[in-house]
Amino acid sequence: MKITTSRAPSKEVVKDASMVKQKEMMAAHYDRLANAGESGEKVASTFVPGNLNELIMCFDLVNNLPEVNAIQSGLRRKSGSYVMEAEKAGHSEDVCTYVKSDIGMMAKGNIGPNGKKLPDPDVLLLSYTGCFTFMKWFELLREQYKCETIFLQTPYMADGKVTPNMIEYMVKQLKEDVIPKLEQVSGVKFDIDRLREYLRKSAKAEDDLVYILQSAKNKPSPIDAYFGGIYYVGPIFGAFRGTDDAIDFYRFLREEVDQRIAAGLGPVTPDGPMAEEKYRLVVEGPPNYTNFRQFWKMFYEEGAVVVASSYSKVGGTYDFGFRHDPDRPLETLAEYCLGVYTNRSLPMRVDMLTNYVNEYEADGLLINSIKSCNSFSAGQLLIMREVEKRTGKPAAFIETDLVDPRYFSAANVKNRLESYFQMVEQKRSGASKGVAA
Amino acid sequence: MKTFVGIDLGSTTTKAVLLDEDEEVLGRGITNSRSNYDTACRVAGQEAAIDARFTLFRREFGAEQGTDEQVETFLGALERAFRLEQFVEQLNDLERTCLEQVTGERFAKVAEGVKQALAEIFRRLRHEAPSMFAPGATRKSDFFRDIAGSRYLTVAEEVARDASLGYDLLLNVYDKSIIAVENRPPSGGLSEKFKRALDRVASEGAGLDGELQEPVERALDIELEETYLVGTGYGRVTLPFSKEHIRSEILCHGLGAHMMYPKTRTVLDIGGQDTKGIQVDGNGIVENFQMNDRCAAGCGRYLGYIADEMNMGLHELGPLAMKSSKPARINSTCTVFAGAELRDRLALGENREDILAGLHRAIILRAMSIISRSGGIDDEFTFTGGVAKNEAAVRELKKLVQENYGEVTINIDPDSIYTGALGGAEFARRAAEGRVEGVEA
Repeated sequence: MKITTSRAPSKEVVKDASMVKQKEMMAAHYDRLANAGESGEKVASTFVPGNLNELIMCFDLVNNLPEVNAIQSGLRRKSGSYVMEAEKAGHSEDVCTYVKSDIGMMAKGNIGPNGKKLPDPDVLLLSYTGCFTFMKWFELLREQYKCETIFLQTPYMADGKVTPNMIEYMVKQLKEDVIPKLEQVSGVKFDIDRLREYLRKSAKAEDDLVYILQSAKNKPSPIDAYFGGIYYVGPIFGAFRGTDDAIDFYRFLREEVDQRIAAGLGPVTPDGPMAEEKYRLVVEGPPNYTNFRQFWKMFYEEGAVVVASSYSKVGGTYDFGFRHDPDRPLETLAEYCLGVYTNRSLPMRVDMLTNYVNEYEADGLLINSIKSCNSFSAGQLLIMREVEKRTGKPAAFIETDLVDPRYFSAANVKNRLESYFQMVEQKRSGASKGVAA
Repeated sequence: MKTFVGIDLGSTTTKAVLLDEDEEVLGRGITNSRSNYDTACRVAGQEAAIDARFTLFRREFGAEQGTDEQVETFLGALERAFRLEQFVEQLNDLERTCLEQVTGERFAKVAEGVKQALAEIFRRLRHEAPSMFAPGATRKSDFFRDIAGSRYLTVAEEVARDASLGYDLLLNVYDKSIIAVENRPPSGGLSEKFKRALDRVASEGAGLDGELQEPVERALDIELEETYLVGTGYGRVTLPFSKEHIRSEILCHGLGAHMMYPKTRTVLDIGGQDTKGIQVDGNGIVENFQMNDRCAAGCGRYLGYIADEMNMGLHELGPLAMKSSKPARINSTCTVFAGAELRDRLALGENREDILAGLHRAIILRAMSIISRSGGIDDEFTFTGGVAKNEAAVRELKKLVQENYGEVTINIDPDSIYTGALGGAEFARRAAEGRVEGVEA
């Protein structure tokens, strides 16, 4: 029996240059939000899936994203007390923990990740995209802030396709309801050419984002498309889509990725560059944020890299060809909302994940099922079976939560992941050696 | 000879299996996991090595188990004598340890009396020990802590009364000592103990004549070399095994079940703190699995808790539940709620056996949900883990399998508690051959 008892001393978290840059961008945005009162900028609260940043910018509004605030609270280990605060206020244990973290944060003074108070929104813009909870969440926010609330209804892609009717329906809402209300709140007249310009910039950054995400087809993959992917999608899923900053960031990131491909390097993890790529996975579902680094470590320590994830498509699905189109400004906004991952039907999700496993030559599919997210979790076991059947690759299922630390059981998750990696390994060697019992 | 060891560090018990080069089981050993996996691992390993000796004796005699009466009578006597040797050795250790505790202010005035009382207690325990290991004698448990503990408490009470000494003093030294003794790695060579046991058997007249003595000595001379070891189970993370010596219990259970029943396609394992549904292919390779999450409701410990609540032994639950013809409908598998549910129903006048049958059914219902999430049941179906020994649980399982999946062959091995360790041992055997599966070479 070999005894290994040494434990590596704790060291500084390693980040690559793009991550540092991304953090600076996010910090700058939070400062802008915190200073909104002084600078006189008005604030629109909206959600990541279906966020119409280009449109919001047309009215000089600053984009504030409650889920991202909840994620930041989770990463900073504050969400636990916020969730409990919300439960004290009467919200059930089973409610989405993004919502409860947000509600709890407001109850405790609405202090953002930079330690400064977040501004009250001047308008709530809900582009309903597949998550029913979003609607209830904004109901609560409307009650709290008593401000203008705009509801852009996005038809669910139940039949797996976007029809002209759907687009027409959404464009009509944009023209007759959303834009007039935004004009009214902001006092800024809508200028469609300004929108076109932003959309042009969006498309440019989107091209680079797709290049970056698809770079994971390389072996080894230069990126982790789930844990690393969260950093990568941050700017474009939030307040930066349509800006020069986003163009610069994704160009910078693309160059960084190119350098890693040329050098044959894997992704950069908090403990430094990943040593060896042993397992390539596709992951379905959001990550856990309260133990984000610990969770990630369970993967990279075992040599597992995520080559594609559905979560990096919740704020827009670009890898099947969609780009914001300046020539069809309102229609393109509609198509964008319709296409986000949460608005896709179960068969579409199955197709997408199957496609990822095949195209990225993954070893299998891992589902991280979120305790408090029914819109993601419903049907996930069926998805798993179907993808397994179609790809012939093993799948596994773990359960954690978004930002409620009570639902992250490290020992159990690790146990399951280890079992899964060993199962992949066993199947691989079984296949290559024609194992007999 | 080369041996390959699989150790399954469970939450309740630690199991070890020793395989030979031909994939034959040489020995099995089990011990309570206590708070010290390191010792549990060593004790289970040693127990398996002891069991392996008996396999080797049989091989030398050329007799399969139970075929030759004379051999079996002899081996039975040898095993009892060996267990007695082991027991007395630990008893002596316990006495020394207890004596060391008789210091300090508390014992200032009574030290001599306590020491004399201890001498008397251990004299009596040693005196009665042979009868505990006599032919036909039954023991409540095979673990030293359980056997010695219950006897110590009884004898100490008598001795304290006779000597007009505080019983609590004797209890105090025992409490301080038992954990130390239990956690002390087993000492001394096994061969020595076997020789003493052989002498004891001979002196009791159950020995063998010269001709048969030889194979025994030959078997004792075979050196058991620990060629490769694989650890699995919950405790594996607390043990400082290096990575190539660790396999997940999912893989080990899958492979172990396949070795016991090669046609196995679905495995259900209900252990102390988890329930696993595993799908394996024709080579015992895991295809899919599901486990209970975040909560151990409906696992083996549930029954342990119920047994405590009802002031019964764990092994008594099944037989009582079997008497029920009308199981109560119980939905909750929360261990903590079960106590309340139980008392509530008893207060309402429901039968104990019906309530128990309902509780067993609740466990199996939860297991069925886990199995269905892992992909359902394919023929053949192998049930493993401690709960597989419970006939009432098995009855409910059979019913529910029939209702949900029709005719399916259900396998339950009497040694099913060793399934994980067996798979681990086979992984060890393969690793030694250079076939590394489930871990990066």
